[in-house]
Amino acid sequence: MEQKKNDGILKWVLIIIAAFFLFIMVIMPLGMVVAGSFAMGFKYYIASITDKYTLKALSLTLRATIASVICTSVFGLMAAWAVTRYSFPGKKIIKSIIDIPVTISPVICGMIFLLLFGRQGFIYPLLDKVGIDVIFAVPGIIIVTVFVTLPMVFREIVPVLEARGTEEEEAAAMMGASGWTIFTKITFPSIKWPFIYGMILSASRAMGEFGAVSVISGHLRGLTNTLPLHVEILFNEFNTTEAFAVASILVMLSIALLILRLVLQYVSKRKISRMQKATA
Amino acid sequence: MKKRLLTVLSFILLSAVIITGCGLNRDAEGNTTAKRVTLINVSYDPTRELYEAYNSYFEKKWKKETGQTVEVIQSHGGSGKQALEVANGLKADVVTLALAADTNSVARSGLIASDWQSRLPDNSCPYYSTIVLLVRKGNPKNIKDWDDLTRSDVSVVTPNPKTSGGARWNYLAAYAYALKKYDNDESFAIEFMRKLYRNVSVLDSGARASTTSFTENGQGDVLICWENEAYLTLQNDGKDYELIYPSVSIKAETPVSVVDSVVKSHGTRKVAEAYLKDLYEKEAQEICAKNYYRPSDTAVLKEHSKQFPTDLEMVTIDDFGGWDKVTKKHFADGGIFDQIYE
Repeated sequence: MEQKKNDGILKWVLIIIAAFFLFIMVIMPLGMVVAGSFAMGFKYYIASITDKYTLKALSLTLRATIASVICTSVFGLMAAWAVTRYSFPGKKIIKSIIDIPVTISPVICGMIFLLLFGRQGFIYPLLDKVGIDVIFAVPGIIIVTVFVTLPMVFREIVPVLEARGTEEEEAAAMMGASGWTIFTKITFPSIKWPFIYGMILSASRAMGEFGAVSVISGHLRGLTNTLPLHVEILFNEFNTTEAFAVASILVMLSIALLILRLVLQYVSKRKISRMQKATA
Repeated sequence: MKKRLLTVLSFILLSAVIITGCGLNRDAEGNTTAKRVTLINVSYDPTRELYEAYNSYFEKKWKKETGQTVEVIQSHGGSGKQALEVANGLKADVVTLALAADTNSVARSGLIASDWQSRLPDNSCPYYSTIVLLVRKGNPKNIKDWDDLTRSDVSVVTPNPKTSGGARWNYLAAYAYALKKYDNDESFAIEFMRKLYRNVSVLDSGARASTTSFTENGQGDVLICWENEAYLTLQNDGKDYELIYPSVSIKAETPVSVVDSVVKSHGTRKVAEAYLKDLYEKEAQEICAKNYYRPSDTAVLKEHSKQFPTDLEMVTIDDFGGWDKVTKKHFADGGIFDQIYE
């Protein structure tokens, strides 16, 4: 009895500490964003988020995000398949190199591409002749965003594929299933949820990316400004209310992704428990 | 098989026509004759409000004169950083930076002809500014001149002269005062600067960041800043701050230039040159004055003499022997600034 009482106190102390911490570190700043964005009224808020430059920044952010999700999905699937289903020399090295984009500082990522595609880089004269702008232009923004999100899907599905092993696929192959059938009927269903989870992770990272994009953007208003860069510019212009309003768009996008994640988790859990019931 | 080859061939042909077609919309001087043209203006931090106003003025004027729609795209940031980005491939049609040294560094990378500063009147400066002191309301620390900034009870906010153009002007304005005070004795002047920079509590990378540190974050007792930036702060919250004119300051020349190699490839020389030349027109000069920049037109300046006290003693960069000499002596690695700020 004594022991149990102590447990109860400890439990509540821990919960209160965690909730307090969450309140200070997450709820309060988010509340500030909402309060800040409505500081000058609802009409001003609507005017800020429908501003020409805000919409252009939103469109660029969405384009970069979509490109990132597509690239990380396609690349992640192929690379994960390669490293878990085949053995070849240098496999371990490849597996660690793939992680570089997420472990390296984003500013360094930006600088790498600046040196590669910038006027000092050896590719620049070629690009200049053809008339393609990469650096300080939209392609550059998309390239660095893709770069920083590249391993997201890969990192999610490799552990699952490794844990599953290859027995089921081998059995299917022996029974005469084609490669495509094996992939769609056996491999993909097992990695579906981590795959989608990886996509969501890469989308949220791509939307919020600041450092790498900041180096390579040139901050051309209405052309190469993403939403996070636009927020910084508005803040520097002393337009604090507008900056918060635009920031609230990013918050809403993140919350939408969070809800999507929760729904997917719920659906996948139900599916798994149903499957377990069926086998039992 | 044959059909597919035909499709491929016609596709190649079509894209070739499109690519060369872009080059065809040019007049005899290589200027684009397209209905819509964009102009990229890479500038430094505090000019945001100025160019917002001037761009809409120029866009209307150009449309009326030529029928061409021009859209000016702005980029703002620390002057040195902006110059570096242009040199690295940011395709700016015009640069409107905080000091000639930064434009020179773009010129040295081969993008601008070396005689750029003599192409427009007044050293290519349609507007200029000076350096002033901004203190908190009521001037609680009783700051009157540069001398007070070396007092041990005063905390100073100024950006880093290694990265910020405005910060270099700040530094030189204080240095000009020190030279005057100590009768041009450099060793005393350097000691004065050492004392001043020992009092610097926040050394931000750009002028705008320093203003934010001083106003929003409440750092320091005095902000060394552009006259225009001080007025802009007063306009936003005039009840919280006071502007102090020191006894000596510097004429902070902020020159403009077209970027030759970019306007050549964009076919925008004509519109870019008009864009800069029109800054000298009376109406544009009024826009400059309204945004707290000192207009180069002396008649317009006089009209606004209430805002811009003309009796302020101002040294110029030429008094120090020009930017090349100053940069090498004060701001290069191991220069005087490195020695006094450790």
